[in-house]
Amino acid sequence: MKAPRQPLPAWIDVGLIPLANVMLAFLVAGLIVLAVGVNPLDAVHVMLIGAFGYPEAIGYTLYYATNFIFTGLAVALAFHAGLFNIGGEGQAYIGGLGVGLVVLALDGLLPGIFLIPLAILGAAGFGAVWALIPAWLQAYRGSHIVITTIMFNFIAAALMVYLMVNVLIAPGVMSPESREFAASAHLPLLHMVLRSAGFAMGESPLNLSLLLALACCVLVWVFLWHTRWGYELRAMGQNPGAASYAGINGRRMILLAMGLSGALAGMMAVNELIGVQHRLILNFTAGYGFTGIAVALMGRSHPFGVVLASLLFGVLQQGGAELAFEFPTITREMVVVIQGLVILFSGALAYMTRPWFESLFVLLRRPSAAAAAGTERA
Amino acid sequence: MSGAAVQATIQGEHQAPPAIELRDIHKSFGLVHANRGVSLSVPAGSITGIIGENGAGKSTLMSILYGLYEADSGEIRVDGKRVAIHAPRDAIAAGIGMVHQHFMLVDSFTVLENILLGSEGGPLLRRSMAGARRELERLEREYGLRVNPDALVGDLPVGEQQRVEILKVLYRGARILVLDEPTGVLTPQETDQLFRILSALSERGVTVILITHKLREIMAITDNVYVMRQGQIVAHRQTAATGREELAELMVGRKIRLGLDKSSCQPGDAVLQAEHLFFRDARGVTLVDDVSLAIHAGEIVGIAGVSGNGQSELLELLAGMRLPASGSIRLAGRQIDRDHPVDPAEMRRLGLAHVPEDRHRYGMVAQFEANETAILGYHREARFNQGVLLNRKAMVSHCSELMEQYDVRPRHAALDSRNFSGGNQQKLILAREIECSPKVLLVGQPTRGVDIGAIEFIHRELLRMRDAGCGILLVSVELDEVMALADRILVMFGGRIVGEVAGTEADERRLGLMMANAWPTANGDVAMNRAAS
Amino acid sequence: MDEFFAGLVPVLAATLRVATPLILCAMGGLFSERAGIFDIGLEGKMLSAAFVAAAMAAVTGSAWLALAAAIGISVLLGLLHGLACITYRGNQIVSGVAINILASGLTIVFGMAWFRRGGQTPSLPPEARFMPLQWPGADMVRDLPVIGPVYAELIGGHNLLVYVALLLVPLAHWVLGSTRFGLRLRAVGEVPLAVDTAGISVAWLRYRAVIICGLLAGIAGAYLSIAQNAAFSRDMSAGQGFIALAAMIFGKWRPLPAFGACLMFGLLDAVAIRLQGVRLGSFGEVPVQAIQVLPYLLTVILLAGFVGRAVAPKAGGIPYVKEH
Repeated sequence: MKAPRQPLPAWIDVGLIPLANVMLAFLVAGLIVLAVGVNPLDAVHVMLIGAFGYPEAIGYTLYYATNFIFTGLAVALAFHAGLFNIGGEGQAYIGGLGVGLVVLALDGLLPGIFLIPLAILGAAGFGAVWALIPAWLQAYRGSHIVITTIMFNFIAAALMVYLMVNVLIAPGVMSPESREFAASAHLPLLHMVLRSAGFAMGESPLNLSLLLALACCVLVWVFLWHTRWGYELRAMGQNPGAASYAGINGRRMILLAMGLSGALAGMMAVNELIGVQHRLILNFTAGYGFTGIAVALMGRSHPFGVVLASLLFGVLQQGGAELAFEFPTITREMVVVIQGLVILFSGALAYMTRPWFESLFVLLRRPSAAAAAGTERA
Repeated sequence: MSGAAVQATIQGEHQAPPAIELRDIHKSFGLVHANRGVSLSVPAGSITGIIGENGAGKSTLMSILYGLYEADSGEIRVDGKRVAIHAPRDAIAAGIGMVHQHFMLVDSFTVLENILLGSEGGPLLRRSMAGARRELERLEREYGLRVNPDALVGDLPVGEQQRVEILKVLYRGARILVLDEPTGVLTPQETDQLFRILSALSERGVTVILITHKLREIMAITDNVYVMRQGQIVAHRQTAATGREELAELMVGRKIRLGLDKSSCQPGDAVLQAEHLFFRDARGVTLVDDVSLAIHAGEIVGIAGVSGNGQSELLELLAGMRLPASGSIRLAGRQIDRDHPVDPAEMRRLGLAHVPEDRHRYGMVAQFEANETAILGYHREARFNQGVLLNRKAMVSHCSELMEQYDVRPRHAALDSRNFSGGNQQKLILAREIECSPKVLLVGQPTRGVDIGAIEFIHRELLRMRDAGCGILLVSVELDEVMALADRILVMFGGRIVGEVAGTEADERRLGLMMANAWPTANGDVAMNRAAS
Repeated sequence: MDEFFAGLVPVLAATLRVATPLILCAMGGLFSERAGIFDIGLEGKMLSAAFVAAAMAAVTGSAWLALAAAIGISVLLGLLHGLACITYRGNQIVSGVAINILASGLTIVFGMAWFRRGGQTPSLPPEARFMPLQWPGADMVRDLPVIGPVYAELIGGHNLLVYVALLLVPLAHWVLGSTRFGLRLRAVGEVPLAVDTAGISVAWLRYRAVIICGLLAGIAGAYLSIAQNAAFSRDMSAGQGFIALAAMIFGKWRPLPAFGACLMFGLLDAVAIRLQGVRLGSFGEVPVQAIQVLPYLLTVILLAGFVGRAVAPKAGGIPYVKEH
């Protein structure tokens, strides 16, 4: 029998159901941990210690979360325009190229106060351009943006390998990486900043990019729900016909949405390159762009949700490293598995749990009516 | 009505059990109770009509009969035997076939492939194809249903596509044929042809159920008729023993006047002029073909025509949603053409408002709050903005005012637009468009899927706007609506304006012939001369 | 002349070997997408299958059991995709992404847990693999000019799965075009409602499509780890699932053109390996990356409609919803 669609109160719809989906993902992850011979509860314990248990850990957790905020916001913003940007990985990678080119060209000339904003612009700009090509192809040539952004991930990877191996490699170095950036291009680490302000904090790669990421969250929220451009972008995402009726230029909106999305993804490189690595290296994106999809789905494409989901994934990333250290049979890739499970349960199978809650809701709401219906059927 | 059908009806009543019998069918979609205890009985070999307004529950009922929906309760009997229909395959096995309002055809398949789908007869196609070809020839001989089996369905005109649908159903061996609003896309002449086919089928013992909201069709072809209103059967009549007026009353539940009180028209200056407009789609098909017209202040110009003859495209051209291939539009002193394009936002600034034909596709964003839908298209205006930010407070108070003034219920500006009923959604859209006192108002299908109370309200509002000096262009496939409201009626066929009739002189026969492009003196000159003068 | 052929035959033979997993995956994807289920999870299915095949072969020593296990896991993932997209009407892209990410994580997690070799599986002996088949008389004709190498190395000398892939192409063409199943499959990808109202179950038809897709991607995965190579290594599918997807689009969702695209992409790969470090006249050295990205670039160009037009099945990506 097909269950009739039951309107559910908002706290179930946007609170309980997403939570249940994430719990399911963790449940399955627990079973996998069990399958490789580790007690899941021990694993959770180790992870939480690893993520919060000592002064440096929190910094690491937040440092990872910073990456996820950027890539998660990128995916979420595109979702609101009805676009699925799978290209975050490539856009972040090319964003790194932007950072690298700006810094390598100017770090001998400019002080940090000018250089760092320029590097951020470079990251955003290059990321945006890499997203704008698929966007333009979608808007003006009708190419499917999912396919083109996938293809552009591969093209970005190949381009970066070529440039790193042949052009940007530091002289006299065997591994493909650029020379180190001058100190003026280094983004201040947060524990240094706090220490100079008189607060103690453990050493970690956490740097001021976190503030940039949080600022982006607020800006995205204001943009989407409190500006006419955000209004137009959402209108196009929900109903392209209504958008064109309202005089909204759909093509321009695709470009705007993808440009901003690519810029956000590109800014992930700020955290990695001028925040931590201080040189341009290969594969610094490490799959964070794909994790952004999980973050956006789990955060229901809302900036606030993205922050929460990023924190969770930060915990997983940092705790996962600890996990691999503690148990010889577990690897860091367990975190990747959990990401996959979150995408599966919060995204692809998002409608699976709803009927369960509908029946539960009906049962709790009208116990007498449900009982009567039961006897009638019997 | 054919003699054989009468005989079949009589036989049906005295000997054979009814071909279809429905008993106490209930069906709800969430909070909407679409069918409430429906019972009916269709005599074998008869042509039985089910008539009712849009949203009366006819299509739901037939979808239950065909297994597309499952009833919440109730039973279905075919030839007197109780059957369980969970899916279309059960209905097909019981001998029921359905011709849907929207054709269930694969455009990229040939006629033969479409007919074969689902009744291939074996795992390999080659043998079944040959058999199907022979069977098609037989059906063609027997019923005069002619189509080229090797033509691609996407290339066929609508009338022929419908014939493919009927052939498909007959090929599967259906003895009971259900047609859901089959004439919506047909010209009156194609409709007559369809009715001849239905009579032929009925004479050979096929039971036909015709779902429609058009009185004319019920009177023209059925033996008996059920009337549905708000999910219930409210009456059953022998067609010969009833008339249009009675059926119309039964449909809407009270006496209705087919005409509205309307003051005489006082047209002023032309407020919108179109000259030699052409529009072609992506494949190069001309959809709007040399259309010229003028709309004057204080008049309602109606556009009549069978759906799909360029009305939608014309409306979208005039609204600025599409750019003409050639020709020009004059509005408020501005010339609009290929070299001087505008977007719908600019058209609104020039004093043109537009209630679109399809509110779900164009008029609103279902997921938007009512106050967001209430500024759609006007969202860039200063009154809804503060610097770079939207003025949320102004949006809510604007929406609340509209709701109060135009009786939109519930009066809840933060409720998602999709949670309003069709009539209330339409009222909100109409309110949004006429609230800014436009000089020109384009209205497409203003009462499609709207309850009767809202229809009257909308009609009165349109007349009020006209009397206030607004020039209105009304596009509707409901001839009654066009004739009741319009001061001047233009008829479109094949993208052209093929005739013009003054509202007071309009009659259904004349308009019907024009809509089929069969009116002897009809040509585009009438309309063009008028526009040029 | 002989010299030219002597150079050409190995390139063409390599093309065939590189193209085999692409052909298998592309045909699989084609069945799924023609039925209206987009599948960007080919990569993940192939990777999982490669891992399971290598693991099974390492444990049991049987190539056939390994193949069966590879098909099993890939079909399971296909069914998961079906559960998400057909039964629960989830987003097909999201589901595909989930399967890819899950596969890249799980293969390493289990690989480490079971074999402790940094994600690699133990290297397999020939008995546990699909080895090149020697065609009758190949040794005798090998020295004949032209015919010899063509017979011994191009036509013969491949493992069984290569021939499976080659036979699959006409088979797919025939199934889609000339059988009842093919007719229904094509219909359900265009107008699922037409299929439903014809009394055919849309869900079951689509499930069969994702099962076939899983089956073929499973063979492709097994090919990678127990035929082409002798072990599983991390992320060994290396984007081939996406190249197969590109080939399928390039072939406009039709078996024969998709086969052509697979061969073209295979040839590019075979040539790229041989061009490494080679100077080409005034161009200088052709960067190997430039050739590697060609499949992706060409697909983007095709999708942009600059050469022909690739139109996806009309109902692709849209969950079938009967009741409102």
